[in-house]
Amino acid sequence: MDLTVLLVKGGIILAIFGISLLIATYSTYAERKVAAFLQDRLGPNRAGPWGLLQPIADAGKLFFKEDFIPSQASKSLFILGPCLAMLTALMSSAVIPFGDSIRFVWDKVNYEVNVQGIEINIGVLYIFGVVSLGVYGVMVGGWASNNKFSLLGAIRAASQNISYEIALGLSLIAILMMSGSLSLRAIIDEQASFFEWNIFTQPLGFVIFLTCSFAECNRTPFDLPECETELVGGYHTEYSSMKLGLYLFSEYINMFVSSAFVSALYFGGFHYPFINEVNAALEKSMGAIAGHNVATVIGIAVFFSKIFFFIFFFMWVRWTLPRFRYDQLMNLGWKTFIPLAILNVVITGAGLLYNFKYATWLIAIVMIVLAVMSTARAPKREAIPQRTV
Amino acid sequence: MQLTTRSKQVSNKEMTLAEKMYLPAVISGLAITISHFFRKKPTIQYPEVKRYLGPIYRGHHILKRDEQGRERCTACGLCAVACPAEAISMVAAERKKGEENLYREEKYAAVYEINMLRCIFCGLCEEACPKQAVYLRHDLMVPVFLERDEVIYGKDRLVENMDDRYIRVANPEVNATPTEPSLTRAAT
Repeated sequence: MDLTVLLVKGGIILAIFGISLLIATYSTYAERKVAAFLQDRLGPNRAGPWGLLQPIADAGKLFFKEDFIPSQASKSLFILGPCLAMLTALMSSAVIPFGDSIRFVWDKVNYEVNVQGIEINIGVLYIFGVVSLGVYGVMVGGWASNNKFSLLGAIRAASQNISYEIALGLSLIAILMMSGSLSLRAIIDEQASFFEWNIFTQPLGFVIFLTCSFAECNRTPFDLPECETELVGGYHTEYSSMKLGLYLFSEYINMFVSSAFVSALYFGGFHYPFINEVNAALEKSMGAIAGHNVATVIGIAVFFSKIFFFIFFFMWVRWTLPRFRYDQLMNLGWKTFIPLAILNVVITGAGLLYNFKYATWLIAIVMIVLAVMSTARAPKREAIPQRTV
Repeated sequence: MQLTTRSKQVSNKEMTLAEKMYLPAVISGLAITISHFFRKKPTIQYPEVKRYLGPIYRGHHILKRDEQGRERCTACGLCAVACPAEAISMVAAERKKGEENLYREEKYAAVYEINMLRCIFCGLCEEACPKQAVYLRHDLMVPVFLERDEVIYGKDRLVENMDDRYIRVANPEVNATPTEPSLTRAAT
């Protein structure tokens, strides 16, 4: 790799870093705004036009608060916790391909640089590794606080993440079988035409993956590690000032990365319907280099609109579903999602054997038929005698 | 006794497979919340938009004058007695010759003070007044004060201005639409 490519790559990496921070910042604003709109309110609208400066006001507040470390806490680990959470959250966006590639000519040499932090052929594994490291931030912080509620929150986070990572991984295996690669770019390129998007070939896997990514991000309905009603603040009970800010921030970055991951794996990443026609037309009218770059920019915009939709979806679900009870959470993870994911893998494998990509619809159809049958057979809702006044 | 028409009979029968899948219920829940997203918000943006609070709102105190511009208050002290917060104090004085156009009766309040920190805006002074002199106006609020010496309102801030008389009228038009500065006189 020569210096020009290195410089451009560095620029792209810095841009991805900055954008993920910016999106995380404005996710806090979006969260409050979306929450407000879903509850028939207006949300923050005092700081700047439409309240757009609200995240800056929030950050300023957090910075000026007292940075308190409990006397009985393990100091170094207490500080390490939020750093670890933030570090792992930021690391995971490195391998996500945000766009196709940029072409340019420098010193009469043609260059083509991927819009991606780094292209590695085990991108999916890398994200899995980094995300599972993220639990340590929560665990270390919760344990170091020397507080029962924090510890309970940390334990819940650890067991929840481990349980759901299995189902998450198994639902992904079906995709890996179909694309035959662990590279995210290869998986995205596999979904070039609209009806080959993995959402159409892997509907069940998508539902499992999405639900598990909610659990991985500690978002409602799986926000048991930090549920206020049971555990005060969960693992960050003892945290204040910007350390708390880092925890909250890393949660939003995780949300961004999960949204990017979901849209890359199941919604074709930077692909959109008729992308080939658009690209051909652009390259014809604007030349191979400029046309390709414009096409890439359109692709990036499409990818980000998918990401924003999923961030919105995360918030939408938050104000729709109530929190699970802990045993329900574990039952759902171990007794429902893991068997379903394994079934999904088996059916996908069988489908691949006979060259039929849409085999997992079989599971969906069987489930729908069973559901309809069970509803039809169900006895009429019998009224329980209630107290009469 | 039925308290509401929206109550539903709950049943603890075993769930069918369709219900155990939860997905239909989740989707219908999502549909409900997204319908709220696009709904018109009932919020009134307070400092910019002020709502008409009705003709019986108890706001800023006013010492009324009569039609000829004479002060109605005779410093009888009934308002001060009625006041549960002991916010009102006054000093009575005798009307001199030549002051008949200023005060309606022979006795008047030389000093009339209301401590706005104490006042709870209950309106008992208004009810107690035998001369219809003191009222809590519906269209003006006591502003926020920042200094302690701004708290006690004397006659200079309480007595009615004859150029801008206070009339309590119900205005159904204003009631229907929250208007811009509806708490000013113009809107009522």
